[in-house]
Amino acid sequence: MARIRFENLRKAFKDVVVIPRLELTIHEGEFFTFVGPSGCGKSTILNIIAGLEPATEGKIYFDDKVVNDLSPKERDVAMVFQSYALYPHMTVYENMAFPLKMKKTPKKIIEGDVERVASIIGLKELLQRRPKELSGGQRQRVALGRAIIRKPKVFLMDEPLSNLDARLRVEMRAELKRLHQGLRITTVYVTHDQAEAMSLSDRLAILNRGEIQQCGTPMEIYQKPLNIFVAGFIGSPPMNFFRCAVKRHQPLEIDLNGFNLSPCVESMPQGDSVVAGIRPEDIIVSEQRIEKDIEDTGNVELVEPVGSFSWVDVRWGGIKARGILDVKEKPAIGGHVMIRVKKDKVFLFDPDSGRRL
Amino acid sequence: MNPKFKVVGLYLLLALTILYCSGPLLWQFITSLKPDAEIVRIPPLLPQNTTVDHYVSIFKGHPFLRIILNSAVVAASTTLLSLIIGSLAAFGLARLNIRYKALILGFVLSVSMFPPIATVSPLYLIIRALGLRDTWWALIITYTTFSLPLAIWILTNFFREIPDEIYRAARVDGCSPFQAFYKIILPLSAPGVFATAVLVFIFSWNEFLFALTFTSTTASRTIPVGIALFPGLHEVPWGDIAAASVVVTIPLIVLIFAFQRRIIEGLTAGAVKG
Repeated sequence: MARIRFENLRKAFKDVVVIPRLELTIHEGEFFTFVGPSGCGKSTILNIIAGLEPATEGKIYFDDKVVNDLSPKERDVAMVFQSYALYPHMTVYENMAFPLKMKKTPKKIIEGDVERVASIIGLKELLQRRPKELSGGQRQRVALGRAIIRKPKVFLMDEPLSNLDARLRVEMRAELKRLHQGLRITTVYVTHDQAEAMSLSDRLAILNRGEIQQCGTPMEIYQKPLNIFVAGFIGSPPMNFFRCAVKRHQPLEIDLNGFNLSPCVESMPQGDSVVAGIRPEDIIVSEQRIEKDIEDTGNVELVEPVGSFSWVDVRWGGIKARGILDVKEKPAIGGHVMIRVKKDKVFLFDPDSGRRL
Repeated sequence: MNPKFKVVGLYLLLALTILYCSGPLLWQFITSLKPDAEIVRIPPLLPQNTTVDHYVSIFKGHPFLRIILNSAVVAASTTLLSLIIGSLAAFGLARLNIRYKALILGFVLSVSMFPPIATVSPLYLIIRALGLRDTWWALIITYTTFSLPLAIWILTNFFREIPDEIYRAARVDGCSPFQAFYKIILPLSAPGVFATAVLVFIFSWNEFLFALTFTSTTASRTIPVGIALFPGLHEVPWGDIAAASVVVTIPLIVLIFAFQRRIIEGLTAGAVKG
């Protein structure tokens, strides 16, 4: 187990700067996730931790030791890859034994360890198979087994679930969490799937263009997104954003689609407009009147049933919004509905900097 | 069209193709079994009185076994050297952080662009200066030089086909770059290695010009030169030449059949994403 610390880390490939400056500590035993759209530099960070890519500038510490110049082997990290990266010419047993063999572990101990790990991840019957004879889920388990077998200081996982089908992904997600709770090894996880990041992590960092937009626990980030990017990235379906005119500065009053609103803010907007963000789950659409908060009428454009409720796209005056609908209600497309917005759930953002006000 | 005709047509076409390709070999084989008197006469196409005299004569009259040994040693050593140097170079070019990879590959390729006839004289001077005239090494070094571009190009492409994540996994699992190369990358590129080996072997086995120039006695003379220089008393000994050609083709045929599947995998790999 180790604490990982980045000090002033910078990474560039030739002239292309991928990570301008990274300053971060990942605590010992933590499940930490880097999440962001593709190309945001999250896999590069993982490769730098593993020692597969050198940092252009800055230092990486494992506990208090600088590891910049150590090879992957000396860093004692294990990695799980998106494509599993099993060795096709070796059996499951040989794949899992490989890292131990490279450490020159005696054969007897290897046998015992492979047995033990195989039973943890449920692969005992498949030890003599080759990777091509396994299903995607089984391959992923072998890759996990190969990583946990040597009890590394740090686990690195590069989108390990994104090649699995939806159901298996949810299953493996729970399994990963269970594994981490059992082993308590510092784990750095990379994904573009915000749901995965939210459900797995102790803490997560949202990356965009190589820069951390926000770092914190899943709930902190969900409840207090620092800027438009984070607000739009975390939560599914994504937050609705509306451009609003500022009617008065002291006290603040804005015009949200014809409604006057005075939301609580930490700082005052500079210009005469702001961006209001409302999560779809905070816009309640119904055929009945509710008479509370903001209420208005709109027209249904699309209904997407999820099971226990439905997502619904409505045209609300001049704007389009996504809200939530009770399953029992079945409004016709184009039909008239009431729209209710929870006043206290409206976030305001500065339209220029994107920062939350 | 009647499907029956289609099948017949297909087989006819196949038969013609096979005949076209194997025609010269068959002709040699027939010639090798004909007594001298029948060799230059047609008809008959097939020998009236078959004889194995030519086969006996090549082993009795000439140091033919020694020539085969020379060829075997030269071809095998060339193949081995080309594979060792070629695979290491290819690994570096395919996987490691090296600058100007495309330039290096282009430069390597340019070596094989010189026509052999243009390089034979300077090479002869070098070989003579090194005191390697009429030795196996003269041919091994020359052949390795000329087959390395092919080996490097084929192997580089093979190594590139192996997903980068597998190489990175090996590194994280505790391999040095060299260990990752011989424990993971090389076994996974076996078809490419086989294909390269066979191509290099055939090239060295059949090469004529350098062999003719750099060898002068049976100490190092290889098969193509040996056969061309078969001494005849008053005429060209066609029968013996034919018999010798048949004999020296056998190892190649055995080689190809033994590794047939691997070679086909090797030559078509990457043609279809799979």
